[in-house]
Amino acid sequence: MVDAPAIPRTEAPPALAKDIVLEAQNLSTHFVYKTRTAKAVRDVSFTLQKGRTLAIVGESGSGKSVTSLSAMRLLGPTGEIAGGSILYRKRDGTVVDLARQSQAAMRKIRGREISMIFQEPMTSLNPLFTVGDQIGEMLLLHERLAAPDIRRRVIEMLNLVEIPGAEQRLDDYPHQMSGGMRQRVMIAMALVCHPALLIADEPTTALDVTIQAQILDLIRRLQRELAMSVLFITHDMGVVAEVADEVAVMYAGEVVEQAPVKDIFAHPRHPYTLGLLASIPNARRDFDAAGARRRLVPIPGTVPSLYAMPPGCAFAPRCPYAVQPCGSPVHLERIAPKHLSRCIRAGEL
Amino acid sequence: MLTYIVKRFVGMAVVMFIVLTVVFVIVRLAPGDPAALMLGPEATPEDAMALRERLGLNRPIFVQYVGFLGQIASGDLGSSLFFNRPVLDVLAGRAEPTVFLSLFSLIIAIVIALPIGLVSAYTRGSLFDQASVSTAMLAASVPSFWTGLLFQQYLATKTGWFPVAGYGGPDADFFDRMRHLILPSVVLGIVNSALILRFSRAAMLDVLSDDFVRTARAKGMSEWRVVLRHALKNALIPIVTVVGLTFALLISGAVVTERVFNLPGIGSLVVGAVLRRDYPVIQGTLIVVAGLYVLINFLVDMLYLAIDPRVKY
Repeated sequence: MVDAPAIPRTEAPPALAKDIVLEAQNLSTHFVYKTRTAKAVRDVSFTLQKGRTLAIVGESGSGKSVTSLSAMRLLGPTGEIAGGSILYRKRDGTVVDLARQSQAAMRKIRGREISMIFQEPMTSLNPLFTVGDQIGEMLLLHERLAAPDIRRRVIEMLNLVEIPGAEQRLDDYPHQMSGGMRQRVMIAMALVCHPALLIADEPTTALDVTIQAQILDLIRRLQRELAMSVLFITHDMGVVAEVADEVAVMYAGEVVEQAPVKDIFAHPRHPYTLGLLASIPNARRDFDAAGARRRLVPIPGTVPSLYAMPPGCAFAPRCPYAVQPCGSPVHLERIAPKHLSRCIRAGEL
Repeated sequence: MLTYIVKRFVGMAVVMFIVLTVVFVIVRLAPGDPAALMLGPEATPEDAMALRERLGLNRPIFVQYVGFLGQIASGDLGSSLFFNRPVLDVLAGRAEPTVFLSLFSLIIAIVIALPIGLVSAYTRGSLFDQASVSTAMLAASVPSFWTGLLFQQYLATKTGWFPVAGYGGPDADFFDRMRHLILPSVVLGIVNSALILRFSRAAMLDVLSDDFVRTARAKGMSEWRVVLRHALKNALIPIVTVVGLTFALLISGAVVTERVFNLPGIGSLVVGAVLRRDYPVIQGTLIVVAGLYVLINFLVDMLYLAIDPRVKY
């Protein structure tokens, strides 16, 4: 990988309010190919407070995963941060702009300061190394511990994520474990160096519903015990209701609404959020009083192509509330002290 | 595990039995009377009759077959008609150049192909990648005798850096003999590196896009560690397979190179035996080479077991 910073350093050392761990300011991330550029994340801003959970919600292609990979600077050879900053408060209190760190500096941050768990526990672990080896590698990389200390810490960690028989499971290979167990191993690996921030990219999407609940409980418990902040990426409003303190709804690379979780569910102020909430299956609500099945309400149309964004509101072509001014650029506006919406009719919803 | 190995040995025995049967049939299907062919045009019918009697060719075919199997089972491959010595002795006398030539050229092929394949995959689409893939195509397409002649011309005749050909004569010591193998090994190594290069590149490309590689990067390790520890080990299975096959091919298929460099190896032995209709030698070489193929395949399967914990036999 090239060690050049994504964009040249211009301004003075970044400042961050005391209780903020992560703050994206006007972040834009592009994927540059030979003939065209995909603007996957456009002008995204959000803040994550210490010890809290921010959920980024959106459907496939909304830019939610790219936002998290931008923070980790794991965008691959074609991805680049085209503008904005991602401020992060390190465990020692200093504030860095992740968008401007060298890859060498990022290697010290990944795993030690910010850890990440992924959607696919079946494929995210290396099949050829034991789980103990893979968890222990974190300690080898970041704390340079000796083998017996590594083993002790790995066992501690496996106990913490509630894997029974930790001393034996240590020497198991990933294929000898179930999906839920593997996700527990991923969590143990991510948290063994006690990072300040955990990025969870759809960690329960690939799991059975009952296992999902266990994993969500585990993440919440460890968040409390380790005093960690969590950036939770998901497309599932049910999961959002379970884990989030704050919610940022993303659509076509932009944040369209941001608010505390109870406000998002009680008073959604963007037509897209309304649509997302209406399309959640709900066993009780899906039958009317007479026992007849009600139809789910899908959002009509599809997400616009990243190469051909409409000039105005990206959601307007699918929006039942769209009016003529929606064709001009719409900005994220504060409509209540803690509530932001990118809709000109937010007040009417 | 032990049951698997026992099963494999039984399977290998079955394969060898089929090989022996095919060899037996082919030799008997060859046109003409072997005895007359062996004795040449000046032999009398009485001589031919006597030889047929001595070789057992007058007996019923099934009796001959059982006798042949029994003879092979006792480790006897018969005697060369030309050298008048046991085939095994003849083969052993010619094994050294072939075995070392195969080994050296395999090592050279791996040393060339593996690093280039890895870098190619890592820098996919780059100038280096395109250049190495097309050079590999070129190396695989050029006939080895031409490369051999070129090397002889420029690295031996004109500069005198290496011996032109031969195996150093009867008095040559081990190091002198090995010195004669350098040029042919490089020629064969280059030719065979092409296939290994393409396989390593493809295997590595596959692995580099896997989720666990992203996990490895997210753990904060260097790119060296990501590629050499986490990716390479996962790419090894296809690489080991093609290296095993290349080795087997080298042992049996260095005929042209042995010819060009005038090496007294098994390749030139077989060519000579075919021209002289020395059936026992042809038959014996076929059996030994088939046995080596089976053995190498078995060793490759054992390597899978060492590399990948998911492989359970």
